[in-house]
Amino acid sequence: MTLAAQDLSLPGRLSGVSMELHRGAVTAICGPNGAGKSSLLRCLAGLMGGRNVLLDGLPLELRSARERACEIGYLPQEGEVAWDLTVETLVSLGRLPWRSGAEADRIAIDAAIATLSLETLRQRRVSQLSGGERARALIARVIAGTSRWLLADEPLANLDLGYQQALLGQLRALAGQGLGVVLVLHDLAQAANFADRVLVLDRGRLVADAPPLEALGEAKIERVWGVRARWLGEPGQRALAVEPTSARAP
Amino acid sequence: MTRRLNPFLIAALLLAVPFSLLAGRVWIDPFDPGSGNALAILAELRAPRIVLALTIGAGLGAAGAAMQGYLRNPLADPGLFGIAPGAALGAVLSFWSGYAAQPWALPLFALTGAAGAMTLLALVAGRGGSVILFTLTGMMISSLAGALTSLALSLAPNPFAMSEIVTWLMGALTDRSWHEVWIAAPLTLAGIGVLALAGPGLDAMTLGEEAARSLGVRPGRLQALMILGVGLTVGSGVAVAGIVGFVGLMVPHLLRPFTDRRPGALIVPSALGGALLVLVADSLCRLLPLQGELRLGIALSLLGAPFFLALLAGMRGRLA
Repeated sequence: MTLAAQDLSLPGRLSGVSMELHRGAVTAICGPNGAGKSSLLRCLAGLMGGRNVLLDGLPLELRSARERACEIGYLPQEGEVAWDLTVETLVSLGRLPWRSGAEADRIAIDAAIATLSLETLRQRRVSQLSGGERARALIARVIAGTSRWLLADEPLANLDLGYQQALLGQLRALAGQGLGVVLVLHDLAQAANFADRVLVLDRGRLVADAPPLEALGEAKIERVWGVRARWLGEPGQRALAVEPTSARAP
Repeated sequence: MTRRLNPFLIAALLLAVPFSLLAGRVWIDPFDPGSGNALAILAELRAPRIVLALTIGAGLGAAGAAMQGYLRNPLADPGLFGIAPGAALGAVLSFWSGYAAQPWALPLFALTGAAGAMTLLALVAGRGGSVILFTLTGMMISSLAGALTSLALSLAPNPFAMSEIVTWLMGALTDRSWHEVWIAAPLTLAGIGVLALAGPGLDAMTLGEEAARSLGVRPGRLQALMILGVGLTVGSGVAVAGIVGFVGLMVPHLLRPFTDRRPGALIVPSALGGALLVLVADSLCRLLPLQGELRLGIALSLLGAPFFLALLAGMRGRLA
């Protein structure tokens, strides 16, 4: 039920990151550009990092690539789809690591399509989807392959406000069903409003690991991002007011 | 649509094979095949030639489909990896050295050339499985093999050797026997089998290299399957027929819209479609009323290049 890093270091990218995530919650990874957010996510997905990433207490490296793939779903930032597949075929790619037979595949694909409300778009080609529909289809691809962990790098990039809210709502609902959701998020207000927990990285170090308001305090934002900012509004509906500065602090 | 594609292609092949058996400079009467030397023509000339056309076409089609899937590019071609030029270099060396006169020497030299290119690819690209490194390595091996082929040509011991080399490089299926079939058919079949094994990995590559790894694909293994599969199909094809271009580029392209567009789902239809295309093209080469015979490699290039120009003209709007 846990995905953890123990003293995880990657030369030039991460140094000494230790933390433990639990399923059923939304975790946001925040930090300035180059802080190592994507690297940390890739490590947690088992794509690098070696022995220092543990799934349910065991090093991820000791599992076969296929076993790992059945547990941890990863969505890279680019969200590339090289061929003009239909939504249904795209979602079915999530079943590639499984050897559970056509019937089980069919059930998982149908469930993923239903969860992301893609029923009417099943036969639509990827090239004909809007940005929001495409983002949902890509997440459905991950959900079809695992009900344990969803790791997504900036899934909200390029989405308009309405789609962002809808997608975040769907991810929250998935976490409610026991999925561990880990997102790299750029928008601190979204992280503050939607995440149960926020990890802040600064130059490869983990400088905060706490509930959002604590991890993203105004002093912390100034120290890590180099901007003065104030939180406005109620918890759950917060907005960040940034003071104009002439030059960015180092 | 996918489910009907393979039966359709098989049916087309079942129609094309008897046509090709009967057609040629000597037309054979299907109701009286025993007359004259018809049986000899059928058994010793046409039958091996047809089997060879099917084999080479199937190999090139499957390799092209796999290559396009692996490189995530609809314009990729099996020649890109340097395996075909490597095989051609081997064949040219057999002419150059005079060994080509021995019955098995030419294909053996060509297969050695293909194996050499495959080994070089595997050594330089390494086990990391990076696609970009792999592509660049393949292109460099292509250039190197091409330059060495030109060198062999320019240093040809006599004009006959040179003319033999040039003619052979154009690719053809004339005067081939069961010898060549026994060399190419088993290797090509094995190669198509290997490429089919790569199918799920190629499907995952649709989502990019990182997402493919997250789906359990081991890049090193996928790359090894690609080198082996393309090496066996293309290497053995070049070894018996010379350079036959455009099949691997055109066939997957034509058939993709009739599949669900997963690269893995395109490999077997492309093998069938490639077999059909080469068989029909070779039969037409035999029938054209020309002095001598139009070389298969030239015919397919004459067909393929305008096809791609038309395709590119159609894509212009989207690329601009």
